[in-house]
Amino acid sequence: MSINHKTFGVLAEFANPADLMDAAAEVRDAGFKHFDTYSPFPIHGMDDAMGLKPSKLGWIVLGHGILGLLGGIALQSWAMSIAYPMHISGKPFLNFPAFVPVGFALVILLAAFGTFMGLFFLCKLPRLHQPLFNSERIVKATDDGFFLCIEAADPAFSEKKTVEFLKKIGATEIEIIPE
Amino acid sequence: MSQNTATVPDEQLVKGNHDFASITKLISDIPQQKTPLWWYIAFGVSNILLAVMLAMVVWLIWEGIGVWGLNHPVGWAWDITNFVWWVGIGHAGTLISAILFLFRQGWRTAINRFAEAMTIFAVMCAGLFPAIHVGRIWTIYWIFPLPNSMQLWPNFNSPLLWDVFAVFTYLTVSTLFWYVGLVPDLATMRDKVKGKISKMIYGAFALGWTGGNRQWQHYEKAYMILAGLATPLVLSVHTIVSFDFAVSIIPGWHTTIFPPYFVAGAIFSGFAMVLTLMIISRKLYGLEDIMTVDHIEKMNIIILVTGMMVGFAYGMEFFIAWYGGFEYEKFIFVNRALGPYAWAYWTMITCNVVAPQFFWVKRFRRNIALTFALSIVINIGMWFERFVIVVSSLATDYLPSSWGYFTPTYVDVLTYVGTFGLFFTFFLLFLRFLPMVAIAEVKMVLPQANPAYYRSQNGHSSKSE
Repeated sequence: MSINHKTFGVLAEFANPADLMDAAAEVRDAGFKHFDTYSPFPIHGMDDAMGLKPSKLGWIVLGHGILGLLGGIALQSWAMSIAYPMHISGKPFLNFPAFVPVGFALVILLAAFGTFMGLFFLCKLPRLHQPLFNSERIVKATDDGFFLCIEAADPAFSEKKTVEFLKKIGATEIEIIPE
Repeated sequence: MSQNTATVPDEQLVKGNHDFASITKLISDIPQQKTPLWWYIAFGVSNILLAVMLAMVVWLIWEGIGVWGLNHPVGWAWDITNFVWWVGIGHAGTLISAILFLFRQGWRTAINRFAEAMTIFAVMCAGLFPAIHVGRIWTIYWIFPLPNSMQLWPNFNSPLLWDVFAVFTYLTVSTLFWYVGLVPDLATMRDKVKGKISKMIYGAFALGWTGGNRQWQHYEKAYMILAGLATPLVLSVHTIVSFDFAVSIIPGWHTTIFPPYFVAGAIFSGFAMVLTLMIISRKLYGLEDIMTVDHIEKMNIIILVTGMMVGFAYGMEFFIAWYGGFEYEKFIFVNRALGPYAWAYWTMITCNVVAPQFFWVKRFRRNIALTFALSIVINIGMWFERFVIVVSSLATDYLPSSWGYFTPTYVDVLTYVGTFGLFFTFFLLFLRFLPMVAIAEVKMVLPQANPAYYRSQNGHSSKSE
């Protein structure tokens, strides 16, 4: 509504996964940090081409798994020995071998929740809208399009120079995305 | 030396020269097309069956467990048979999505979405039976460790309680796995559909997925972790289901072979069910390029392998019954083969051990009509396997004066038949509204998805030289 032409970034389309990956490496080497590549499927080798650090998701999952294990042992020990001790054919109250199946199930359950929530936390989702969706072409990124977007938030960004740079490294289409 | 060697190229996983756009179109068009007439007919029939099931469940709760054919000495029969059967069917979905993923089997991408959906709906059908067989369903929450005014806590020594945790965890993890896999494809649907409301609904469930590599990076990690979690889980679930029997002291149940035997049987019947559903759907929706005869052949090989494992377990049970020297155990096995339930036993042997032997022959493995017929035969056989285990051990246990014979009532039969209504109601909704093949994953196994494809001679595969 406002006539404030703030730019979110420059979106460049590339012909195929190989061109996109080469372009990502060029953008990385040019010193850009706030950029991303968009493709209908994950492209192998793209993380290195973009210079991304490995995902931290594993640590989140590990934390949740440990929580599930300790919680499972605590729940069963407490319920079976303190809250509701019951003599069952002379077995000890703290019958640890019998606690393995439930403990295991809770490790998996908590770790799976951790993976699910950790994934969307790290992806900064869910979001109802992103500036990227102001682009007309980006819908192709879930079909057969390969895109690279350098965001205006990057210190090295300057609209004119960035457009030229992207053309130089082989972009087939360039679009400037408003905020 | 290199001149004398040649590489045998892998079969193309996707037939018919598809590119990325045509894959998207092929799959995302299905929910956008006009609903076919057969769908309404099938959905109507499923709804009627579902209504029948609900009526039977209400009648059971109203009147009591006696409306089933259960009576002393057979206190578990069709209910637990159906439970184990449906849970077993569910196992194929997780096997395909998790274990084959860890083994890097590219062919799984064509069928994993489909099989995972089947898993979730099958586990829902399974969960119904233990829930309603407790008799007083209004106190079912006692099985969960919830603080209550009676200061009761569940007995964590009981395999029946382990089973609650295992099945509940399995349903939850399968659903999360399925949904994580769906998110990129829901984004594809969001970008493809025309209608405003459908765009909003798909968009909401796609959670704002953009397909950025900073998302794919975490996504791929999450997918691998979920596969890693689901693999031991799927093996443990049927293991724990088998503990329901193996930890008891009933002859014929109290055997250590049960866990691996149950897991193999679960995969066996699950693959058969995937084949049944897949052979119909690929025809109705024209997906023969993605779900190819090669897929059917690979699945038939797994069916042959697991069928042989099941057959080995049947033999081993008899051997141990004799070798163990325990009179009652020996009797129960001889009685299974020759006693009042011999008809069920030999149905099981014919369907599960004899029928899959056709798949030794390549021509039969690739024959769609035969595969379809055998997939149904195998599931009948696997139902009888559980029936034989559950009922024959209970009907003739230690004391001859208390022996009995189980006969199902119409409520038993209609509840079981009704669960197909539950299953197919959900399955048809899935086929109608969701992308039934993992679009992003199928694109990944196309040769064009690999950057190396473009680097060698402008688009010609390097394998040809």
